[in-house]
Amino acid sequence: MTKKYFEVIRPGINTTFQDLGRNNLYHIGIPFSGAMDNRNYILANAIAGNKENTPVIEFAIQGPLLKFKGDKVNFTISGNVNFNILKKKEKIEGTCYQNYILEDGDELDILSTNKSVYGYLAISGNFDVQFQWNSCSTNTKANIGANDGKKIEKGQLINILDIHSENSKRKLEYINSKIENIRVIKGTNFNYFSDESKKIFFDKEFTVTKLSDRMGMRLEGVKIENVVDTNIKSEGIIKGVIQVPADGNPIIMLSDHGTIGGYPKIGVVISADYDKLVQLPPGSKIKFKEIELSDAEMLFKLYDMETKNLVLKIK
Amino acid sequence: MIKNISNLGDTALYCDFGSKVNKEINSKVIQYFNNIKEKKIEGITNITPSYNKLIISFDMRIVNFISLKKTIENLNLKEFINKKGDLIKIPICCDEEFSLDLKRLEKKLKISEDKILEKFFSRDYYCYMTGFIAGHPFLGDTNESLRAKRLETPRVKIPKGSVGLTEQFCNIYSSESPGGWNIIGNTPLNIFDKTNELKPNLINPGDTVVFEQISKDEHNKYND
Repeated sequence: MTKKYFEVIRPGINTTFQDLGRNNLYHIGIPFSGAMDNRNYILANAIAGNKENTPVIEFAIQGPLLKFKGDKVNFTISGNVNFNILKKKEKIEGTCYQNYILEDGDELDILSTNKSVYGYLAISGNFDVQFQWNSCSTNTKANIGANDGKKIEKGQLINILDIHSENSKRKLEYINSKIENIRVIKGTNFNYFSDESKKIFFDKEFTVTKLSDRMGMRLEGVKIENVVDTNIKSEGIIKGVIQVPADGNPIIMLSDHGTIGGYPKIGVVISADYDKLVQLPPGSKIKFKEIELSDAEMLFKLYDMETKNLVLKIK
Repeated sequence: MIKNISNLGDTALYCDFGSKVNKEINSKVIQYFNNIKEKKIEGITNITPSYNKLIISFDMRIVNFISLKKTIENLNLKEFINKKGDLIKIPICCDEEFSLDLKRLEKKLKISEDKILEKFFSRDYYCYMTGFIAGHPFLGDTNESLRAKRLETPRVKIPKGSVGLTEQFCNIYSSESPGGWNIIGNTPLNIFDKTNELKPNLINPGDTVVFEQISKDEHNKYND
C-alpha cells in the first residue's frame, strides 16, 4: 500500500485535531476540549461515512492549504466554509456537507469561514494521530492530545492510516442558522450583582471581542457591577459558565477552559445554544435571554433530535 | 455534609458544603468525590472537588438534574470508604534565582527572609484541590504571619516548578503559566506527567505535602 498524506503548505490560524473530547479529568485540571461546534463535527464525520468519535481537523477563521499525496481520498467539509480544490488543470469551488475526491497532487485550499468561526475537515478514514485519555482532542495550552498538543504547523506531514470508502456521492442539504439571543440559566452568584446590572445583563447587547479563543469568549458592553465581592473561593467551572471579573466584562468559558475559577458566575449558557454561540466571530452582537432549567432540558432534547435527524437525511 | 444541591447550568450539580475553607470541610468534599467516582454512576462525565464545593457534570442524554440530584442525596454515607491521602516530599530550592518574590514578601510581611523560610518549611501542607491548569495543586494552610495578597500585576510567565504563596495557600506551577502568586522557590520535580494516564498528578486532593529545602547545586543536579 502506498503512503497517503497531506503536506501542510499553509497551516491556517488555529488548526487542530479534535474529536468528542475527554471525560472525567476536571479534578486533575484537564478540561473537556473536543470540537467546538459539536453538530458540525458530527455531520462532517457522518457524511464522510466515519464512526462518530473519529478525529477530524478543526480550523478557525482561516483554514489550511493542504497538498494530498497518495492514491486518492474522500473528504467532507462542514460549517460555513469557502474552499477550493486545486487540480492540475482546474479549480473546483467546494460546497460544504458533501463528499469530494482528492487525487495525487491535488490541493485543498480552505480559504475562510464565512461569517462564522469554526469549520471541520473529515476524511473517509483515519488520520495517524496520538490519543491521550481515549481522545485525540488537542489542548494547546496544556500540550495534550494529537500532534504533541500543538496546532498544525507549516511544512508538517499529516499521515493517513487507512481509508474505507470510495463513495463520494454522499451529501446533506443543510444551512447553519444564526443565533440572535443566547439563552442562559442564572448562575450560582447571580445575586452578587447590582439590581441595575442584573437588568442590563438581560437587556443590553454585548459585543464579542477579538480576545476570544477555544478557552473563552470575552465580551464587551455596559460594565456589570458587582456589589458583594469580585472574587469567590475558587471552585469548579464548566463549559458555558459566564464569569464576571472585577473589570465588569463577562467571559464565557469554552471547551479548553481552566477547570477552576475564582470569579463570580452570573449565568450559564444552555447546552442547546452552545454550537451557535462558538460560531459568533469577533464584532458580533449578542443578547442574553433568561430561561428556566426545564425549558433548557427540552431545548437540548430538540437540538439532539434535530442533529440525529440530519444524520438520517444524508444521502 | 452537603448543605444544598442546586444546578449549575443544565449539565451540572452544584453541591455546596458551606462557605468556610478548612481541612475538615474539604475532606468531606474529597470523601464524596472519591466515593462517587468509585461508584461509576451512569451519565456522570466529570466530578470537580474544590475547597468547599463539588461540581458534578453529567450527560443530558443519559440523566437530568432532578434524577441525578436524587441519586446523590440518596447515597448511603455509612458505606462511604475513607481513603487516606499519600504523604509526598517535595524538594525546593529558595536561591535568589528562583525566589522571585522573597524580597518583596520581606517588606510586605515585615519579617526577615530567613524567618519566612523557617516558618514555611516547619509545617506540612494539605492538598485541597488540583486544577486550573493540569496538575496544579492548591495546598494549605500557611502560617498566619506568611499571608499576603496576590501580586497587583500578575506575571505573564511563571517558570515551571515555581512555588508560590497567597493568603492561606501555597501552590506549585505544574507548567509555565501566567500567575500572580508570591514566588519563594522552585522544585526540580515534575509534578504533572501527561504520559502517565493512570496517575498524571504527583499530588492529589487529600494528600499531605512536606517541603524540604535543597541547595542550588542539588536543584541543578536533581534530574541528572
